[in-house]
Amino acid sequence: MRTLRFLLQKEFRQIFRNRAIVTLIFVMPVMQFLVMPLAADYEVRNINLAVVDNDHSPYSQKLISKVIASGYFKLTGYNDSYKDAFKLIEADKADLILEIPHGFERNLIREDKQKLFLAVNAINGTKANLGGAYLGSIIGDFNADIRMQLVQQPRFSQFPVIEIVASNWFNPVLNYKVFIVPGILAILVTMIGGFLAALNIVKEKEIGTIEQINVTPIKKHIFILGKLIPFWVLANIVFTIGLILARLIYGIVPIGSLLVLYIFIAIYLLTVLGFGLLVSTFCDTQQQAMFIMFFFMMIFILLGGLFTSIDSMPDWAKLITRFNPVRYMIEVMRMVILKGSGFRDILPHLAAVSAMAVFLNGWAVLNYKKTN
Amino acid sequence: MAEIEKVIVCEKLTKRFGDFIATNEISFEVKKGEIFGFLGANGAGKTTAMRMLCGLSAPSSGSAAIAGYDIYKEPEQIKRNVGYMSQKFSLYEDLTVMENIRFFGGIYGLTNQQIDSKTKELITTLGLENETKKLVGSLPLGWKQKLSFSVAVLHEPKIVFLDEPTGGVDPVTRRQFWNLIYAAADRGITVFVTTHYMDEAEYCNRISIMVDGKIEVLDTPGNLKKQFNAESMDEVFYQLARSAKRGD
Repeated sequence: MRTLRFLLQKEFRQIFRNRAIVTLIFVMPVMQFLVMPLAADYEVRNINLAVVDNDHSPYSQKLISKVIASGYFKLTGYNDSYKDAFKLIEADKADLILEIPHGFERNLIREDKQKLFLAVNAINGTKANLGGAYLGSIIGDFNADIRMQLVQQPRFSQFPVIEIVASNWFNPVLNYKVFIVPGILAILVTMIGGFLAALNIVKEKEIGTIEQINVTPIKKHIFILGKLIPFWVLANIVFTIGLILARLIYGIVPIGSLLVLYIFIAIYLLTVLGFGLLVSTFCDTQQQAMFIMFFFMMIFILLGGLFTSIDSMPDWAKLITRFNPVRYMIEVMRMVILKGSGFRDILPHLAAVSAMAVFLNGWAVLNYKKTN
Repeated sequence: MAEIEKVIVCEKLTKRFGDFIATNEISFEVKKGEIFGFLGANGAGKTTAMRMLCGLSAPSSGSAAIAGYDIYKEPEQIKRNVGYMSQKFSLYEDLTVMENIRFFGGIYGLTNQQIDSKTKELITTLGLENETKKLVGSLPLGWKQKLSFSVAVLHEPKIVFLDEPTGGVDPVTRRQFWNLIYAAADRGITVFVTTHYMDEAEYCNRISIMVDGKIEVLDTPGNLKKQFNAESMDEVFYQLARSAKRGD
């Protein structure tokens, strides 16, 4: 125990003496936290729309202004021919073309029926798809308005209309940031903890100080603990900063209990740090450690459910995610922060990361060799 | 006491790296309080042998007892009783002189009182009174080496292993360094030292010279000079090293 105290004292001294590292640990996450959620956004806005208005009627004007007023579209072309509009798509200045045919207003009123033409630039698939869908629903809405105005509502509408009203639980206004911020915080804590732990022992190998430690009668698990605890504390601090920022900047207040959150983080960090330490016991240089960590971090993040839903992954990928600690972290963050899940709800997650923590740290201690 | 205590007993100690035999069946004994010079050209296998003796490297075959403990079965006991100063400076350059001393004292399990008195003693001996709060990385090499040695014997080990401790150090500092070695030997610490300086070899009680992984000769410097009919250790070393097949 006394040995551990000396180790911790030394680690903290070294960490705080290294200005660059301290800056990286605290400033980088703050910056990322400020920028990432605003930029990494699923909501598609600023869709460039080119309109070909062959009708030039009050109705066509009304439709166009309704589309623009939705806020999702930017009118980048108002053309007289489809050919001109298509040039805009080719020049990447337009994502969508809405063609309003000649006689739009007349047909709408007289025949109660009119077709519109929509051309989509599908190179940016998400943007095009969502843009098409938005436009479709805006036009549908427009259509309903017109009918209200033009047609005297019969007592019973001859067209059965079913309108679906969805209510979004836990994120009522479908604010993308509410969804992404807890996930980004999860990734930040993982990256900082994992990389620091992985690079630390390897650095001692590189500069040779580990030899001086290895000739002492220090116990292996004490040495590993001495490396684990400082980064555990640092990662907890980063996590707390993140929670405060989420509240101040994005107004996200955890609905569930903070205690539950911190209990999970405490165990989860052991898993991540254990992984980093394990990597470091296999590597001789910081370069090797960096590449290996990068390889795994990419997998952890892409298969972690931050950007893409795990439910829609193929079965083999789903299987991999079960061994991905980041996945559990992101889920728990969303469950506790957004949904207010309690300790019981996260028990399966807690069990999974606990098992991984024991496994990884045990392996790291075994694989750290004082004699080779 | 009829016989002086043997602190290192080595029997056919061998280390192989694949096909390469770094240390080939070396056998020797070192007595308590002796200053034992472990000589040999670069690549002769000195460092490998030394790493095995202080428990950093597991032997491929052979046996050895260090301070009475078996090299295979009781490596942690050995570590309690030896000090080691590697070829590469390996104190923490980003900690101060004081912090390094206290850290290693703590790791070796000294009490706070022991650490305090040892630190004071060490700093006066080395004349580092004004440098205690300086980062070790900022000290000149000679001071680093002296500090490194003092930290290696901080816990009063039975044996201290020194791997080329005076490489790159000026003659005056080397003399001071050897004074530290003598002082340690006087306290009963056995000193096991490798060096390339033949004047230093003369300071040793006994020396062995390794050639291509084997110990070719082992005796006092005086006897060796007689045996090889040489004026100096330099000549003895030269005659032996010439036959070496391994180069740098």
